[in-house]
Amino acid sequence: MSINIGSKQRRYLAYSIPVLAVFAALLFGAIMLVLLGADPFKGYSEMFIGAFGSGDALIATLLKATPLLFVGTGIVIAFRAGVINIGAEGQMVLGGLFAAMAALYLPEMPTIIMVPLVLIAGVIGGGLWGWIPGALKAYYRVNEILSTIMLNIVAVQLMAYLLRGPLIDPAEIERGTRIPQTARLAESADLPILFGNRLHIGPVLAVLCAIATYYLLWRTPLGYRLRAVGLSEHAARYAGIPVRRTIALALTLSGALAGLAGAVLVFGSESHRMVTDGSTMGFTGGAGFNGIVAALLGGLHPLWTIPASLLFGGLIVGGQALQRAVQVPSALIVALNGLVVIFVVAADRYRAKLLAVDSREEASNESDIDDDSEAHAATGMGAVHDAAPDGTHSFDPEDSS
Amino acid sequence: MKRRSITLVIMFAVLVLVAAACSSDDSSSGDGGEFKVAVVAPSAANDLAFTQSMVDAVTKLKEDGVIADFSVTDGTFVVDDAAVAIRDYASQGFDLVIGHGSQYGGSISEIAKDFPETSFAWGTSADTFGLDNVFSYEAASDEGGRVMGIMAAALSTSDNVGIVGPIEVGDAKLYVDGFKAGVLVNKPSATVNVNYIDSFSDVALASEAAQSLIGAGADVLSGTAQMVVGAVGVAKTAGVLWFGTQANQTSLAPEIVVASQVYHWEHMLEEMVNNVKDGTLGGELYSITFANDGLVIEYNDGFDLPDDVKKLGDEAVKVFKDEG
Amino acid sequence: MSEVFTTAVMVAVTASAIRLAVPLLLASLGETFGQRSGVLNLGVDGIMLLGAFTGYYAVLKTGNVWLGLLAAGIVGLVLGVASAVIAVTLKAEQGISGIGIYLFGLGMSDLLFQKLVGTPIPIDTFPTVNVPLLADIPYIGEMFFQHSLVIYLAFAAIPVATFVMNRTTFGMNIRAVGEYPDAADTLGVSVSGVRYATEIIGGTLAGLAGGVLAITLGIFQQNLTNGAGFIAIALVYFGAWRPIGIMLGALLFGFVNALVLELKTLEIIPRDLSNIAAMAPAIITILALVFVARRFRAPSALTKPFTRGK
Repeated sequence: MSINIGSKQRRYLAYSIPVLAVFAALLFGAIMLVLLGADPFKGYSEMFIGAFGSGDALIATLLKATPLLFVGTGIVIAFRAGVINIGAEGQMVLGGLFAAMAALYLPEMPTIIMVPLVLIAGVIGGGLWGWIPGALKAYYRVNEILSTIMLNIVAVQLMAYLLRGPLIDPAEIERGTRIPQTARLAESADLPILFGNRLHIGPVLAVLCAIATYYLLWRTPLGYRLRAVGLSEHAARYAGIPVRRTIALALTLSGALAGLAGAVLVFGSESHRMVTDGSTMGFTGGAGFNGIVAALLGGLHPLWTIPASLLFGGLIVGGQALQRAVQVPSALIVALNGLVVIFVVAADRYRAKLLAVDSREEASNESDIDDDSEAHAATGMGAVHDAAPDGTHSFDPEDSS
Repeated sequence: MKRRSITLVIMFAVLVLVAAACSSDDSSSGDGGEFKVAVVAPSAANDLAFTQSMVDAVTKLKEDGVIADFSVTDGTFVVDDAAVAIRDYASQGFDLVIGHGSQYGGSISEIAKDFPETSFAWGTSADTFGLDNVFSYEAASDEGGRVMGIMAAALSTSDNVGIVGPIEVGDAKLYVDGFKAGVLVNKPSATVNVNYIDSFSDVALASEAAQSLIGAGADVLSGTAQMVVGAVGVAKTAGVLWFGTQANQTSLAPEIVVASQVYHWEHMLEEMVNNVKDGTLGGELYSITFANDGLVIEYNDGFDLPDDVKKLGDEAVKVFKDEG
Repeated sequence: MSEVFTTAVMVAVTASAIRLAVPLLLASLGETFGQRSGVLNLGVDGIMLLGAFTGYYAVLKTGNVWLGLLAAGIVGLVLGVASAVIAVTLKAEQGISGIGIYLFGLGMSDLLFQKLVGTPIPIDTFPTVNVPLLADIPYIGEMFFQHSLVIYLAFAAIPVATFVMNRTTFGMNIRAVGEYPDAADTLGVSVSGVRYATEIIGGTLAGLAGGVLAITLGIFQQNLTNGAGFIAIALVYFGAWRPIGIMLGALLFGFVNALVLELKTLEIIPRDLSNIAAMAPAIITILALVFVARRFRAPSALTKPFTRGK
């Protein structure tokens, strides 16, 4: 590790840039609040209290951060392998559906078996929905941004079909109300509660996943392959890495984590059912998109994505508290969310730039690629762009075809 | 690197512990004088449809002095966010927390257990989960559907009526089925085409669905949910008649809107509030109907409705009133 | 099935397909310019939404549909500049900043609507213009020549765009910047300048697409586009970055949607399976993407910010 003071300061500055970007976006939001005739000081203090100001608020924030962390961790894997996964919304839906089906169709079993089983079902559902665009990209050169957008649409309709038809709560048919939701799922599949009446094991699982992902990426041969493909497909190919399979795998893993997020949403929800309003957002709360932002806020590093998800989760929970407190239309929160994304992404270059200097300095000290986590975390997306001459989106597989 | 990951995990663990330590299980109870109502609803408060009908009702109750104050969280189509809002209102000491969306029921069934002194209401549905602090309410929207279907059949010269629906569920299904039955009661030979567009939000698709229904021969249309504004526009351009529901839709197209079934939740809510004040926190089912003045057919004064058709409508309403 | 394929039904479906295709077509064309120059703008839907609200609001206030369209275009232009600042000058990751623009547009258009209008009020729509003589041709006239003026203009934009892209210096610069930014830069073409221009064209067309949608429907509502902007982006790939291909893609997408609706009206699709039918456009698009990707290649500098000397 570098002990150069200047470099250390630069690094702190670099890590604070995304946070500063969030503040800049909030400042913009303050102007909007004034224009809406609301008191921005009251609004933001309510926002802070609503997110971090009490035990209940903290629990709400932790729970909101959980899907962001799962998705964000998956995004990190995809990004490190040079692919963009914006299909997490659909992958979460599939994860939720598979998990709900497992709970509906599996025989009654003790919690210790049931919970892992339904979560694994979620992983399979999300993984499948990630594998499709992964394979399409790897073997048919179909751009993953496009295919995932389309698969999100398919996922919504699939959810509506299943929850209206095969999976619907029989009581809904009996009553004739036909709310598109499953019955109360098996109680043995409820995520165990840690404290109080809401805080389940989801946040802990998410943190464990983030740590596991860190080890996967920097401590295993598979992680090495993923990152090598992300850095340069050409080089990876010459090194004998199966580039196509690795790309498909990256999106599968990314989808699997999103699927886990979906499963946790279902079994950690207040209702312990899966219910749809006919949109993905109605189920995911936009976590499939916001998880990307959390990953960015965390500098595309699985461990830093943990506090980043918390911050972003707090922002969302606090935003809702703000809306309730000063009674502004909830659309403001959506707009503010967008601004945060824009500011964080736009500022990311500068963070990467500040750290790029560092990584070059460190390059002389650390030649072993297995130990260069700092440097790559530091360059973040810069690494994806700058080091991959043939880019993320124009993948030309194995030149042979 | 290892040290950092450990630090992060410790930070996280501390946070969880703090959260657990400060989390309060006490449910503060509201005191009698200052009766406060909270509404959590999926779409915008001024959607000219489902959400607006409830917001109008609580506004009226406040004007009439039945309740001291109310708060609205609208646009919470994310069920989990709605659950957070519902819990938040309950812990803030609101006396009656209304989850105005059938998709919120599952959450309320769990949250209500944690706040035994707070009263909850949800709809549209007919299930209180056996809890004595949960009311449920529904709108017999099939009644108005039937009444307007009967009139629609009388007004149709092509004997062809079309209905645009969102997803075939809940209140929408109830209304569409009622409307269809009404048309067929009056004219058993008539054609009724129903087009569920499988979306609550796609205005353009709703508009094309209306085109398609008109193309299939319809000269009277109806539809339910917030995306039908697109269909009303098409009906207006094509000069086809329109029946609205959930709120008075006359303002959308004064030339062609014949009548709207309007939800008036205020009588029901007043009764509910009085129940809560008297100590009955839930366990009852409410339904707004023609008989209890919860449903009202509001005619468009600007539309020249033939007397005999209006009479058909009035008679159909009277049947429901007498039954109730 | 025979009753489906009666002439009357097919005429109605075709006319409906054309109406559904036009907003997609305009937004897609705009996005093509950006992508050809190497910029992916995922925020099209957000720009469309703000264009739609502005167009709606301007018509509501002035009563003039053309002023409304103008206003929608201007808002699109401004957002195009903003997109360019984010993607070109600040070099943000384009796959993600676009999501930010989308969310901003989604929230902001709804917020403005609720604050400035509140309850939906219908506005005037574009008048239908029957093309003289052609409109009277049986079937053909009803399918193609009884639409509003904007629909004809949108289709007229296709050959114009093709011409600009293939036959003008500007078009050549766009393609050069999208394929070989370094070479273009060496030859004295301003990479940033060209990308600003294409983003502005893209933003303006997306704004217009939103305006056309709102003024055709005569109404505004939260999330009026319902994701049309994302479909428009997919169509750019579908059409292999060529205006003609995009037009075919938009028409096919519109056609499948219109046909599914028609089949539902005629109750040929069972109600229980209607969700499955609603997947059709997306699945067909994915299959088409497979086909297109085998034959065509994306601009090689797509999504890659340009820094001189790299």
